[in-house]
Amino acid sequence: MKLDFILNGKKVSSDIEADSMLLDVVRDMGCLSVKRGCDSSSCGLCTVFVDDMPVLSCSVIAARVEGKCVTTLEGLQKEAVEFGAFIADQGAEQCGFCNPGLIMNAIAMLRENPDPTDEEILSYLTGNLCRCSGYEGQLRGIKSYLEFKKVKKGGNADA
Amino acid sequence: MLRIKKYVKVSDIDEAYELNQKKRNIIIGGMHWLKMGDRQVNTAIDLSDLGLDTIEETEDFFEIGCMTTLRQLEQHGGLDRYTGGAVKEAVKNIVGVQFRNTATVGGSFYGRYGFSDVLTAFMAMDTYVVCHNAGIVNIKEFSARKPDRDIIVKIIVKKTKLDMAYMAQRHARTDFPVLTCAVSFWAGVWHAAVGARPAKAEVVLGEYLDCGRDISEEDAEKFGEYVASRMSFGSNMRGSAEYRKKIASVLVKRAMLEAGRKR
Amino acid sequence: MRSIGKSFRKKDAMALVTGKPVYTGDMIDKNALVVKILHSPHANAVIEDIDISAAMKVTGIEAVYTYEDVPQNRFTMAGQTYPEPSPHDRLLLDRHVRFNGDAVAIVAGENVKAVDKALKLIKVKYKVLPAVLDFRSAKDNPILVHPEEDWEAMCPVGADNRRNLCAREEDGYGDIESVLQSCDVVLERTYHTKANSQAMMETFRTYTYLDTYGRLNILSSTQIVFHIRRIVAHALDIPKSKIRVVKPRIGGGFGAKQTCVTEIFPAFVTWKTGKSAYIEFDRQESQISGSPRHEMEMYVRIGAMKDGRIRGIDLYTLSNTGAYGEHGPTTVGLTGHKSIPLYHRYQEAYRFSYDVVYTNLQAAGAYRGYGATQGLFAIESIVNELAAHLKIDPVELRNMNLIQEGDVSRAYYSEPCNSCTLDRCLRSTAERIKWNEKYPSRDMGNGKIRSVGVAMAMQGSSISNCDVGGATIKLNDDGFYVLNVGAADMGTGSDTVLAQIASEVLECNYDNVVVFSADTDTSPYDSGSYASSTTYLTGKAVEQACIRLRESIQNIGAELLKCDVDVTEFDGEYVYCLEEEGEGVSLKDIATASMFNNGYETQFTSSARSSVSPPPYMTGMVEIELDKETGEVRVLGYEATVDCGTVINPNLARLQTEGGIAQGIGMALYEDITYDSLGGIRENSLIQYKIPTRQDVGRINVEFEASYEPTGPFGAKSIGEVVINTPSPAIVHAVYNATGAWIRELPVTPEKILKAFEDGQHI
Repeated sequence: MKLDFILNGKKVSSDIEADSMLLDVVRDMGCLSVKRGCDSSSCGLCTVFVDDMPVLSCSVIAARVEGKCVTTLEGLQKEAVEFGAFIADQGAEQCGFCNPGLIMNAIAMLRENPDPTDEEILSYLTGNLCRCSGYEGQLRGIKSYLEFKKVKKGGNADA
Repeated sequence: MLRIKKYVKVSDIDEAYELNQKKRNIIIGGMHWLKMGDRQVNTAIDLSDLGLDTIEETEDFFEIGCMTTLRQLEQHGGLDRYTGGAVKEAVKNIVGVQFRNTATVGGSFYGRYGFSDVLTAFMAMDTYVVCHNAGIVNIKEFSARKPDRDIIVKIIVKKTKLDMAYMAQRHARTDFPVLTCAVSFWAGVWHAAVGARPAKAEVVLGEYLDCGRDISEEDAEKFGEYVASRMSFGSNMRGSAEYRKKIASVLVKRAMLEAGRKR
Repeated sequence: MRSIGKSFRKKDAMALVTGKPVYTGDMIDKNALVVKILHSPHANAVIEDIDISAAMKVTGIEAVYTYEDVPQNRFTMAGQTYPEPSPHDRLLLDRHVRFNGDAVAIVAGENVKAVDKALKLIKVKYKVLPAVLDFRSAKDNPILVHPEEDWEAMCPVGADNRRNLCAREEDGYGDIESVLQSCDVVLERTYHTKANSQAMMETFRTYTYLDTYGRLNILSSTQIVFHIRRIVAHALDIPKSKIRVVKPRIGGGFGAKQTCVTEIFPAFVTWKTGKSAYIEFDRQESQISGSPRHEMEMYVRIGAMKDGRIRGIDLYTLSNTGAYGEHGPTTVGLTGHKSIPLYHRYQEAYRFSYDVVYTNLQAAGAYRGYGATQGLFAIESIVNELAAHLKIDPVELRNMNLIQEGDVSRAYYSEPCNSCTLDRCLRSTAERIKWNEKYPSRDMGNGKIRSVGVAMAMQGSSISNCDVGGATIKLNDDGFYVLNVGAADMGTGSDTVLAQIASEVLECNYDNVVVFSADTDTSPYDSGSYASSTTYLTGKAVEQACIRLRESIQNIGAELLKCDVDVTEFDGEYVYCLEEEGEGVSLKDIATASMFNNGYETQFTSSARSSVSPPPYMTGMVEIELDKETGEVRVLGYEATVDCGTVINPNLARLQTEGGIAQGIGMALYEDITYDSLGGIRENSLIQYKIPTRQDVGRINVEFEASYEPTGPFGAKSIGEVVINTPSPAIVHAVYNATGAWIRELPVTPEKILKAFEDGQHI
């Protein structure tokens, strides 16, 4: 069947099957940042946005996104560079395999709640598993990014 | 592996009901559990376009569409106020935000899963399931029925004056619960719903209690033991029947005390 | 120092955080055959008949292979230096399947759907045999896991397939029995650890294709490119010269990818069909047919005097290698050799003996810590039990007995301890966690009790007298360097750390060093990234190669300056002639000159080996909150101090430590492997095998107490493995301090705690 949707801001069309999953469809269309980690909705690696809401693409049947906007990290490169640099400054990206999913969900969190507490960060991102970092470095990175945003905002206000 | 031959986004509930009468057709919710099974489906029926993804609140009740997500439950101010945070507490440890953004209330009810935090929480309230064919069914009756070919349209929670608390025990934070427990006081009676025993939630009423909602530590302890003694418990990977029985009385006691403190 | 001790970003950091396609699965040809494995549903069975005709008829199926199609060379999948200590006990596909999950057939087809369908249509008639499912009764069991005649142990490790033995040994020093007899106190305990899964986020994946020259190219998520080349050549019975192995970025390994888990399957398909092929183990396959930690049971006796002097340790380890012997003979050695030496001061005797047994369960492999984790759980726990028995503060008891710089431990192969700050680690950790205030516990008054626990750990740095580290450094136009290594950065940042070592020696900016790893055709030989060897040993090779390149740069510079090389100096940017005033000649000009009528080498390869394996040391202290009524445990905080010698990149060393502690917390509290009656693994998904979330690990704080290891590059030792060892014993200790009950089997579940507490299972 034919599927029309918006992928990273562009109208696209794809020939899918009734049981194609969104994860496979976006990977086939070149969005290779979206990773498969578990197939049991447990790890968060396959996080994408459907109409700006973070979801697990491994369990979204592709037919459902007809007419909707799907965003992967390929469509958020500016944010990925800006935010990811703070993860990188901690060395907290480690193997990197969980990073796209984590960064997608972190972006979603900050859109919903621009100034989260530590507790809120841990809670919002808890569905994003990471086996390398022990999570502490990711938290440091997120917090220093928040600091940076605050300073930047303050600086703009002064100017 | 899940295989689906045909996908249909229905335009009304009758169409969905009709399609759903065929054995190898199925209504799809969040698909998290469905996807993991090894299963051949002829037609996957999607209710996404029917506007059943909202929570309506009136003075007397909540009406929760079957396609409402667990995340919507978690974030609904009215439900939060009405349950004293108990519904939020019940869903907040279910895997993660992304999961809860697609997992549906209808799916959680239909599956009558043993591990269900959602079912446990709603069992402790004055809840009704609106089925397309069977009409309005009390949650206890619904839960006792085997999954059939009917369609859950929405859930109704009557806003009977309520004090409620929710508690669950898990190993890792987002794991399936070892035990779930919701304790509430409404219509003059204490209710305790205990799930993940590992069987699905059941309710025990504290009709013998004549103290009303003002309970003592001792009342709570006794109620915990009473509830645990009137339920059956089983063993699985997450805990033995014996252990579940023990913590059931602890969680019921604590939830009762917490519910009693609210208001 | 220019680069050492600096927290540079990882070389690949921005590619990773922006989601670039740099992993195996991102680089495959879309037309590659999909390869999947049919796994055995039986723990022990012989295939009586296998009918693939229906499967072959499925549209899009290219090939189905069974035991009848494969070479009859027995081999081991263990990524170890040849001749491997692990017995040669496998075939690519065997008629005799030995665990629930063992490979029965290989299916290759055009797409996933066709392959899945074909898998279901293969008809197998098994003769189901009784199975050995309990490792305690495996030795000398009449049921043999490996009855075959061509089973072969390549090294004298005490293996005997007629006894279900993969290895056995006894080692010791002094007269342990008489020392224990003369002690005031002797404790005797048994501890049990499970077959934890590495659960790296990227499962096992391999892509294979034939290149221009008809050679088999293997692009794989592996820690061991060179061993893979050898193993695949052996398994497929083809010349090694026909194989090239390359690893791209790796989505985590932790030892799992030190075993050739998937490479042989698509390699065989490509070799037979000439077509490119890709295999991706799903999470379930990675859980049931991977290479997890060896389950072990450890029986320990410890003898001490009333004042706390520990005089003797006797350890017997029973290790379960499962159906095949990967890493069986070697992991077990670390249970004693990386634990007993910690208590060196008053040690008069030790005995360390072990049996490694075959069972009809998933074959074990290498997992971070590699036996030390299991051994330290036992030794650290019994030392904590001893402290409780003697009523001595467990920190003080350790302080009294621990190994120090200058000591020579018999239990550690009599290697001199050249670098050790374990005493400072212990003190610093205790101060930071406020041990004296918090030990043993505080009742919080709401049914909750807070308590603390302690453990120490050691590991090694490379395998002494065995491992080879290799590095090639090359000078290029403009004076930038390319560092080529055969070691595999699996996310740890080893490429970055090695570049830091190079830039330190070459006195250049860190950005001036480009790193490439790893390709068996072009990279210098390296044993691979395991056994905590990369920084220590490959780092040493980098240092040596760079020193040689410096000399050559000076030679070219001297020629340009027309002066004797002995009177020149190189500061990283210029070569100067010390006898003449002037600017000297720049590296850029030297690089240009090196490409014009030049006779000096500008590329150097060095190999490094080591006759010692200097241990990194560590102390970990945990604070937990325990619910007395439910047994639930929450980790509140974890303080850790590490001596990894010189800390080359503090950020990356910290991340290694935090990550290792989080994995250790998972091992201690959640991660279990249990079997059904057919030997099938019940924890076969990330739903059932629960690794910690970010809400489960509390707040981890890591500090370093640097020592200087004279044999390591710039004084560095290892860090990758030691960091997983302290959480299990520390958490068990904290549980005791809260409840008075000792849990001696992992994981420490609330149910076990409550039961032990109520049974009054006190010392």
